[in-house]
Amino acid sequence: MLLMTFINGLTIAALLFIMAVGLNLSFGLLRIVNLTHGSFYLLGGYIGLYVYKATESWIFGIVAAGIVVAIIAFIEEFTLLRRVRGKPTLETLITLSLAIIISDLLIVIWGGNPKTIKIPELLKGYVTLFDANVPIYNIFIFCFACFICLTLWLILQKTKIGMIIRAGVDNFEITSTLGINIQLVFTLVFTAAGFLAGIGGAIGGTYLMVAPGEDWRILTYTLLVIIIGGMGSFGGTIVGSIIIGMIFSFGNVYVPQFSLFLMFAPVAITLVIRPKGLFGRITS
Amino acid sequence: MHTEKEHAIVLRNVNKSFGGVKAIDNVSFILGHDKSAVLIGPNGAGKTTLFNLITGEVPLDSGEIYIFGVDISNSSVQKRSDLGLARTYQICNLFNGMTAEENIYLALNSNEWKSKRNKFPFLTPWQKNKNKMDRIKEVLKSVGLEDKKHILVGNLSHGEQRQIELGMAIAPDPKIMLLDEPMAGLSLTERKFINKLILKLAVKKNIIVIEHDIDFALNITDNIMVLDHGKVIAEGSPESIKGNVEVQKVYKME
Repeated sequence: MLLMTFINGLTIAALLFIMAVGLNLSFGLLRIVNLTHGSFYLLGGYIGLYVYKATESWIFGIVAAGIVVAIIAFIEEFTLLRRVRGKPTLETLITLSLAIIISDLLIVIWGGNPKTIKIPELLKGYVTLFDANVPIYNIFIFCFACFICLTLWLILQKTKIGMIIRAGVDNFEITSTLGINIQLVFTLVFTAAGFLAGIGGAIGGTYLMVAPGEDWRILTYTLLVIIIGGMGSFGGTIVGSIIIGMIFSFGNVYVPQFSLFLMFAPVAITLVIRPKGLFGRITS
Repeated sequence: MHTEKEHAIVLRNVNKSFGGVKAIDNVSFILGHDKSAVLIGPNGAGKTTLFNLITGEVPLDSGEIYIFGVDISNSSVQKRSDLGLARTYQICNLFNGMTAEENIYLALNSNEWKSKRNKFPFLTPWQKNKNKMDRIKEVLKSVGLEDKKHILVGNLSHGEQRQIELGMAIAPDPKIMLLDEPMAGLSLTERKFINKLILKLAVKKNIIVIEHDIDFALNITDNIMVLDHGKVIAEGSPESIKGNVEVQKVYKME
């Protein structure tokens, strides 16, 4: 039981990481909290489901979810957010409005009943670890998140674009005076964050469910991860995801009546003691 | 506009207001091809604002700015940087969470330093660009910090941070450098070092320096410009400036 709860916690943490890392990077760069991120997740879930049913290929579903959401994220950044850059209230209102519009459209198109994406044959089944039967799909989500984590880390640390992103997060004001085309980097990061959210939605929809309201639930958990881990911090996102994932899993099993309290309490404490988050450097 | 081509910087009737306050009031000046200048004036005279207007960090209200004959009045900060403009800030403005080496790397953005033959420059490891890595080594050596390249800039001393900032300004080999109080907050030893460094760098570059330490500033050039309430009130050699009645008024009032 203990081991299984731990493994479930890790799975949720992995899923939250896929969601939070993109949101946190785009927050670090653009200094706006993209409230559309949760809708991107749910949209990814529905598109994954739709394409999976149409093509009978789960992989196609996942990739299509990533690509479609990435395109929508690109359009949002390029046509709307770019026009109101530097006006936080307008930026936040735009992301909030889009989130509501997408949520409602999803209900119009796919209805209000919860749906699940079937686990593909290859990832069905269990592996026995000590006394626990661990679903292969849980292991897959964890490995996939590790893959994303490692790839992003390598890009951030070793490549030119990665260095520019880190520079933008570190001191956004001077990047453009150095002749760096920071607008392009904004669009790129925002689109990549959308891609990850779309993929996260399709993968998460296979593990949890695809239903109205999931967008706001995941957005809230993702924001908790960022507040605890630290805004703009890559390492902080990993730690924050694990903390929230574990609290979610253990809380639901052992003290379900307090599970929400248990998730928000560390956030409140973090905000009081260390407003920047455990690893954050950005204050404004 | 062939006359502008002969000059490094030309400002024509440049204006900037913040709210109701005129920060820059109809400023015009010409900085010749091989000239440098010292910008002095009381606090709040508009010196840093003038720098911000030239670099494009703050947009003009009206007027024209040319760099080597190119009208940059409405150009982006990047374009001005590509034309050979670099600056330092009054308060050190660096990437504190990144190493000295990475800071210099980020300053190398002009085409000259881009690796040729590379189809995906964004995704290749940054340390593989030999051109840039050699230049970084050279720059860190010239600012005396070659042994600190792997140290996070936020952990360096204030003087060393100034050295990095100068390194970032000279890295792309700019033609024009705007130095905003490069000596501010430094100890005497550090000042001497930075002084020597700037003199070394000043060769073959147009420099405009904002500096309260007049003796140091006069080492670089004897072309002084005095700004007060957003207006250029005097321009010329130290002697002519000292004899200028308006300048005397401003500095007596201080």
